[in-house]
Order: sequence, then structure tokens, then C-alpha cells
Amino acid sequence: MSVAEVKLNAFVKTNGRVRRPPALIVLCVLAAALLVTMLLAATVGAAGIPLARLPAALGLVASEPGNALAARDQLILWSIRIPRVAVAAMIGGLLGASGAIMQGLFRNPLADPALVGVSSGGAFAAAGAIVISDSHFATHILFLQPYLLPLAAFVGSLATTIILYRIASRSGRTSIAIFLLAGLAIAAIANAGIGLLVFIADDRQLRDITFWLLGSLSGATWSKAATLAPVLAIGVAAMAFISRGLDVLILGESEAFHTGVDVERLKRICIVLVSAMTGAAVSVCGVVGFVGIVVPHLLRLVIGPGHRLLLPASVGLGASLLVGADTLARTIVAPAEMPIGILTAAVGAPIFLLILLRQRGLVGL
Amino acid sequence: MTAALEASGVSVAIGHATLLDHVDLRIAAGEMVAIVGPNGAGKSTLLRLLSADLRTSRGLIRLGGRDISTYAPAELALRRAMLSQHVTVSFPFTVEEMVRMGRGNQALATSQVLVDAAIDEVGLNGFRHRELPTLSGGEQQRAHFARVLVQLACGEAVHGPGILLLDEPTSSLDLRHQIALVEIARRRARNGTAVVAVLHDLNLAVRFADRIVILRHGAVAAEGTPGDTITSDVIRRVFEIDVAVDRTIDGAPFLLPQTMRQITETSPKRDQGVSP
Repeated sequence: MSVAEVKLNAFVKTNGRVRRPPALIVLCVLAAALLVTMLLAATVGAAGIPLARLPAALGLVASEPGNALAARDQLILWSIRIPRVAVAAMIGGLLGASGAIMQGLFRNPLADPALVGVSSGGAFAAAGAIVISDSHFATHILFLQPYLLPLAAFVGSLATTIILYRIASRSGRTSIAIFLLAGLAIAAIANAGIGLLVFIADDRQLRDITFWLLGSLSGATWSKAATLAPVLAIGVAAMAFISRGLDVLILGESEAFHTGVDVERLKRICIVLVSAMTGAAVSVCGVVGFVGIVVPHLLRLVIGPGHRLLLPASVGLGASLLVGADTLARTIVAPAEMPIGILTAAVGAPIFLLILLRQRGLVGL
Repeated sequence: MTAALEASGVSVAIGHATLLDHVDLRIAAGEMVAIVGPNGAGKSTLLRLLSADLRTSRGLIRLGGRDISTYAPAELALRRAMLSQHVTVSFPFTVEEMVRMGRGNQALATSQVLVDAAIDEVGLNGFRHRELPTLSGGEQQRAHFARVLVQLACGEAVHGPGILLLDEPTSSLDLRHQIALVEIARRRARNGTAVVAVLHDLNLAVRFADRIVILRHGAVAAEGTPGDTITSDVIRRVFEIDVAVDRTIDGAPFLLPQTMRQITETSPKRDQGVSP
């Protein structure tokens, strides 16, 4: 952000004085927005369930026995729509929060797990797992089968984040230009690896792998929701412990240390969190980009950069956003489905460019 | 007096370069020490050692008699506060939000009072709800100083008088705020805080420090009261320039640097100082 622009912005905000809304109100508004989006998402789809029939379908009011329509509604709602909405909400929360944590870790509002190759690293490892799990080796790790994809995606994301941090950070400083370029290179390497796997994969594997590249929520099931829930719960619980550290880390690693933060431990926790959250999301829906950039950016404009509120708010807004985007993705070209990654990129990339342009004066990129 | 902070025989070597070579330094509680010296003399390196930000290659730093490397970061933050030279904030925190970060994990009932007092003391009362990137360099520096004061006060509420380390705290301040800042540090010293400041302005150092340590090429070139250390002899040896050293009415020395042209025109032997 150039100083002139900052001054202009600040002037708009009642002559330089910035007012932040109370935390409780922010969280209530986000929760209400999420509830409304989820209700809307539950009613819209290839087989519509009007709002009037929703209470009956949800089982809130008893429907008269033998009503075929109500039975159909219930089936659609509980076996297709609700798991999908739940998975979309959790993935949105995971991506929004991991973007916010990563931006704090790298002291850079342009950090996003998908943009800098962390998601690609996870997708590469997951694609590798698909191919390997068909080989003879797989019979030895059969007991791991249900966890194989999330685990592989987590390990891939973790490896990518660590490599990225090692490259971009030097004696307590993180170079923004090097960080983005290294991320680009790592994404290219991971994508080359995915390309190789596509080349050697058979038809069935190919279909599975293609799914990582585009990102889609069409495979959402209750069991996938069950994979995501503990990761999100751990992430939200960890937020209380890292938010103060991330605030001070914005001032630099030395300053954070002077203020009493165990910087190395904080960085390790953040790297593991980002990798676990991104990996879990990638293992269920493939690569969905830009949620991690858009969500914290929009929030910072209103609630400021303090992580104590920003992190939980990112979960809330990310969830609403992705539920909304997924609803759009499965309705605009119905009965077909648009890959959700295309939608988030179409909205997110321009916002990314906007932040970049505003920053140009500062970062000299 | 016991030393609040003590460096014994500390050296720092990075690769083949020796940044500090066998430096000894004792700082007592309630004392204000200025570290001066030419660029690259090792002043900031010494301060980073004293804050435990940097490890010694040889030698030992003791804080309250205990090896400083054995303190956990949170313990250390309650005993010493440090103002660094360049802090850039890439997210739009307001002045008050940033100053509040000085509280650390301390959930003191009085901490908001401390925050208000610190903002008031550095003269940023009208700026507390402004975003940091909208302030001038000097205003930002004062905001960071307020944050460090809050940290110091929170620590002193727990452990008694602490240590305040300042790395070129006046570099972007105008004259009035330079003096105001050093006076604030001076007040802390009177209340028992040990203050160590790297200063470039020798006159400021002379005016406010109890003791001056002059570094050159990573070693202590001179150390003592301002009257003993700031002589034209020492200045010529350390900074390689000619200055006239005069005395103020209360006997404190002050410096009048000669311009480069004067140096070349006059003989290098001229060191008697200008009489009023």
C-alpha cells in the first residue's frame, strides 16, 4: 500500500481514526450469514426443496406417513445435500483460516496455500497415493486405506510449506518476492509431478487424479465430513494459543522474541497447522484456490489485522463463501457441475491483483 | 552496586569476520549507559547480545547473575525490553493495538492504564486510533517506544526494576522528540531501571548518560563518565575526525565538529578545543 493511498483510505475512515466493530457482533453476524447460506444451499439444487418443505424434510415437523415427496426430500437432504453443505462449510473454514495463519507466518497478505504450491504439494502426494495404492506395496498398508489420502495430502503440504519457509526466510526476514517466486517454482514442480502421474496412470486412476486438479465437492459424503471435523476442531482450538504470537510476529521475528514469544515453536505450530488444514481440505475436494487470500483480506478491511478475531472470523466467512460458491457451481450449469476451483479463481484472482497493485509501492515487486 | 546486566569477555564471529572481540561490560540497576562509536563498530551487535537475540561465540552474558541463554523467551521479556532500530509493520494495526502488544501474556488489571500512560508519555494521544502505516517515520518510532515502555512496566510490576535496551531510538526523531525520548529513558533510570542506549548523537549521549562506552572495530576503545571519555583526543582516534570539545556552564562537554574543509585546511595537530 502506498503511503498516499493509505492516507487517503485513512481519511475516508473519518479523518484517520479507525473504528473496529466489537468482536461479539462480528462473530454473530458471520454465524448468521453462515446459517442463511447453508439453509439456502440446502433448498437449491437439481432437485429443489422449497423452503416450505424444508422443516418436514429436516424432520423438525412430523410429515404424514406415505408422503412420497417428503420421503424423497428427506433422502436427498440427508444423504446428498447436508453432507455436501457440511463438507463445503468445513473446507471453506479450513482454507480461510489456513490462509490467515500463513499470511501471519510470512508477514504477507498475499500468502495463500494454493497460490504458493502448498495445495499442489498435497495434491501431488495424494495423486501419488492413488497410483501407489494399486500396486503390490499397498497390500502391506491396507489398514491405512481410509486415511491414506488425507495422510498423503498432509505430508505433501507439510513438506512444501517447510521447503518454502526455508527458502524465503533468512535470518528472521522473509523476502516477499522470493517467497512468491519460490512458491511458483514449487507449484510448477508439484504440477509436473502430477503430470507424470497422469501419464502413467490407468483410466480409473486418471479419473481420480483429474479430480484433484480441478477441485470439486461432488464426492462429499458423511465419512469425508468426519475426516474434516477433527482437523477443523483442532485448528480452531489452537487459534487461542497462536493469535497473540502471530500479532507480534507481524513486527518481525526479533521483535516477537523480545516481546516474549518462543518464535521457533510458534513457527513450527503454524507450519503444522497450515499443512494439516490445507492437506485435509485438498484430500477431500482437490485444489481450491484463493479462498485463503480473499477471506482474510475482506475481513481485515472491517475488523483490522488482530489475529484473535481474524482467525475465527476467517473460519466463519470462509465457510459461508465456499457454501455459496459451491451452490453456485452446482446450479449455474445444472444438471452438470462446474468445478468449484474455477469459480473461486474467477473471483479471487482479481482481488489478489488488487492487493498486489496496492502493495506495489511498499514491496517494490 | 550489583550488575543488573553483565557481559564478560564476549566475542561474536560470523564466518571470518569478528564483529565483537572480547568485550567486558557491567551495567548496574538505575544506571544509564550510552554506547557510541562509528558505523560498523559493533554497537548493534553488542545490544543484540545483551537482549539475547544473538548468541555469543565466546564469553558469557549474565542477567541478574544468571546466564542469559538459560531464560525462556517469556521469562526474559519480563526482565528486559528492547527497542529495535527498524521495525516495519505490513498490516494496518492502530497505534493502540500495537502498543497493547507490549503487554505480552501479562493479564494485569492495570495494563490498560499502562498502555494509556505510555501513549500519553510519547505524545501520541491524538493518534491512538490511527493506523500505523499512515504515520510518519518519527511517529511510528515513538509508537514502538510506547510499546516497549508498556512491556518494561508490565515486567517491572512482576520482578521489580528491569532493563531497557534502545537501539538508535532517536534516529528518525526531530530535536524536541529526541530530547523527550531520552528524558523518558532517564526517568526510568532514576526509578531503578538499567538503561543501555546506542546513540549516534554524542551531545545527546553526553547530556543524558551516566557512563559512555565507545566501541571501535568491535572492541571497547574508551569507557567512563562523559567528561572522561568525550575528549578531542578520543574522538579523533575513534571517529577519525577533528572536533572541538567545549564545556557547558555546568561542566559537561559538548562537541563542535569541524567541517571536512576545515580539517583539510587546518593542521591535524590542532586539538586544544575552542575557548568561548
